[in-house]
Amino acid sequence: MKRLVRNTIGTVGVLAVCELVGRSGLVNPNQLPPPSVIGARLVEMFNDYEFSVDVVETISSWAISMVIATLIAVPLGILFGSVPAVGKVTSAIVEFLRPIPSVAMIPLALIAFGDSVDAKIALAVFGAVWPILFNTVHAIGDIDPVQINTAKAFNLTRRQMLTQVKLPAIAPFVLTGVRISASIALILVVSTEVLAGSAGGLGSFITETGTGGAQMDLAIAGTFVAGVIGFAINLIFEWAQRRWVNWSDGDRAR
Amino acid sequence: MTVTERKEKKVTPDTRARRGRAIGFLGKWAVFAGFIAAWQVATTLAEAPYFPTPSTIGETMVDLWLSGPASQLWLSDAVFDDVVPSLLRLLGGWAAAGVVGVVLGLMMGRSEKLYDYFSPTISFLRSVPPPALLPVFLVLFPIGTPMQLATIIFGVIWPVLLNTIDGAHTLDETVVETTRSMRLSKPRFLATVVLPAALPKIFAGLRVSLSLALILMVISELVGSTNGIGYQMIMAQRDFSLPKMWAGIVLLGILGYVLNVLLLVIQNRVIGWHTRSKSLTGR
Amino acid sequence: MLDVTGISHTYGSGAKTHTALGDITFSVEKGEIVCIVGPSGCGKSTLLRAISGLLPPTAGESRFMGERITEVPHDLAFVFQEYSKSLFPWLTVRGNVAFPLKARGMSRRQRHEVVDEALGWVGLADAVEKYPWQLSGGMQQRVAIARALVCQPALLMMDEPFASVDAQTRAELEDLLLRVRREYDTTVLLVTHDIDESVYLSDRVLVLSKAPSTVVSTLTVSLGAERDQITTKETDDFVHLRGEVARLLRYGTAGVHDEVHEVKQAVPVEAVAE
Ligand SMILES: Nc1ncnc2c1ncn2[C@@H]1O[C@H](COP(=O)(O)OP(=O)(O)OP(=O)(O)O)[C@@H](O)[C@H]1O
Ligand SMILES: [Mg+2]
Repeated sequence: MKRLVRNTIGTVGVLAVCELVGRSGLVNPNQLPPPSVIGARLVEMFNDYEFSVDVVETISSWAISMVIATLIAVPLGILFGSVPAVGKVTSAIVEFLRPIPSVAMIPLALIAFGDSVDAKIALAVFGAVWPILFNTVHAIGDIDPVQINTAKAFNLTRRQMLTQVKLPAIAPFVLTGVRISASIALILVVSTEVLAGSAGGLGSFITETGTGGAQMDLAIAGTFVAGVIGFAINLIFEWAQRRWVNWSDGDRAR
Repeated sequence: MTVTERKEKKVTPDTRARRGRAIGFLGKWAVFAGFIAAWQVATTLAEAPYFPTPSTIGETMVDLWLSGPASQLWLSDAVFDDVVPSLLRLLGGWAAAGVVGVVLGLMMGRSEKLYDYFSPTISFLRSVPPPALLPVFLVLFPIGTPMQLATIIFGVIWPVLLNTIDGAHTLDETVVETTRSMRLSKPRFLATVVLPAALPKIFAGLRVSLSLALILMVISELVGSTNGIGYQMIMAQRDFSLPKMWAGIVLLGILGYVLNVLLLVIQNRVIGWHTRSKSLTGR
Repeated sequence: MLDVTGISHTYGSGAKTHTALGDITFSVEKGEIVCIVGPSGCGKSTLLRAISGLLPPTAGESRFMGERITEVPHDLAFVFQEYSKSLFPWLTVRGNVAFPLKARGMSRRQRHEVVDEALGWVGLADAVEKYPWQLSGGMQQRVAIARALVCQPALLMMDEPFASVDAQTRAELEDLLLRVRREYDTTVLLVTHDIDESVYLSDRVLVLSKAPSTVVSTLTVSLGAERDQITTKETDDFVHLRGEVARLLRYGTAGVHDEVHEVKQAVPVEAVAE
């Protein structure tokens, strides 16, 4: 209760300071409009059909990339992790490929795919695959041999072994990987939108209104919405981790 | 700090483990060399326009960055015009975010009030995908280094801040009582007890931030810059020069790898006590 | 030197409360060694924390040289029961022992000397450059003791300081404590679960009851200032006193005896069947 009151006071305080700074003349109100102006724009924007389309486009691009990345990375991770030789070879290669910042691929992807939705999704998938893959491989390798042997003692089939022993055992680590990937994928989707104005989506909206149209109130409102999306994604994954994986060690295999 | 005061070099008795590590290290490089060779064969056979062969990429890299006069250690001007500024911005932004993040994190981790007041704001701000700020920062800051630093600092401060808060917050209660029984001043307590205790978490945050800083350096240079590796890549994109773009990609990969290794070396020096105490007591 | 009046402490609030300390009053004179014994979990550690200013007591107060204690006084050093957690894992043994001195601004060279001496006392001269996690439990505990001793405190509070050292080292450390008291006139308040130790070290023994604990009895130990691990423990007085303490712990009453100053609460016999 005390915490909630402080949360509220602090947040209101931060907003009030921003408002004061925005109105004091310390900053150019055209460049950095106060929160009240931005709030008003936000309300207007949500009645605007095109803006809603932008938001939906960003979120759906992100979601599609996450699904594809997970579908690629988890089976591959299980395969690499289960066959020690393959696992060693791939982990050596992955170790050298992982440091490449995925955004370095943006210029290439824009040439290869044009300013299309494909470019966004391809890049986001590329960036999101690594953390999930890495965590899955490690998680498989980390399964307690006692668990495996116990399962063997019960004469489980290969398939039962996978669905009843291995998958539940690696779930927390995979979920951690997915959580890390989720924010990377969002960064990549928004980056591509910002860079390629015609790619559509929230990033393009921010670029067009900010750098392009000098309508900073709209641009900042758009950035705020991007923050809300990121925040919602974080919340969902934190909730999922608490809900399904009630042990905190999931972060270990980073 | 007393951590670095250690004089004697710890010689680990298990040379066998060392040898094992050396073999593992060589093995990894051998595998990687094999991978490059396979890639060379594949790209030569496929002749895909978007995938130049590794040898072409290598030649382009030498051409771009290692074709300078001997007086510059064979580094070309492009190294000083593009790579060095990029690196400076990356490290400068990361270091600034690190210092601010650690100082704020130590205070917020030890003060429930501060934490309660600002945690909602922080958890919102850290959720904003940093590239979404680029168009805004492009207007607010002069194009070039100031705008790029702002982007990097804003983007990478959160992992450090949150990890420091966590590390400072989870300080053992007995340690707190011990220092209270010694009547340390608050700043001294933060600097000599909370900071070292939180270092393992802080380093974890710094590593996440470093790779994020590399990403943001590249993006900010792709969007608004007049030099830098990212700028070079955008130029290459306009010329449809795929080998140059790949050269940039590979260089960024090397940078990411080297920076991470360097940070790991520093981490081992500074918080070796942590890893060794963990492995010894199994806690 | 130390006056404790009416201290009581209740943990928690609302429905789940636990009253650890009833109503505790006693005082300690300068240069005295007072041992506190009591059943496990009765609140001995809580009592030391509440007296020293680490934990604000629910009621009552303690005064150190006449001044009311609200935070740990300068001249007080504390040895914690959780010795392994109370050492800093990022500092060597030397760094740990020197830590409070550094905070007081003592020069590096002087620190070096004082630390070496203190580590010599506890027999850890060879371990100066080791890290706490490289030491055994008993060695860690001795580092914690050395760290408390280097400050030459006027009042030393120790919570089961010798609990995890072997019998031989334990005897040496007990004698060290007696020597420190003799040489520096240090006042010591020490919690122990070892009845022999409490009698051997003390000028007085405070026996606590189960929670909410109160002082069942205060025994005066008149074995003189010079004590010896073997001969003192053979004297009739010693044997008699330790029987007394044991009986008090078990029954909460000592039978008929002059040393019993106060019997505040008698614990029913069935309740103490441990
Ligand atoms: N922080 C706390 N919150 C709630 N209860 C506590 C707390 N600390 C101790 N207690 C409870 O208070 C009682 C007394 O604890 P205390 O540690 O003082 O006992 P003790 O006599 O030192 O025990 P021991 O002989 O095991 O050291 C115990 O029942 C314990 O569970
Ligand atoms: Mg105790």
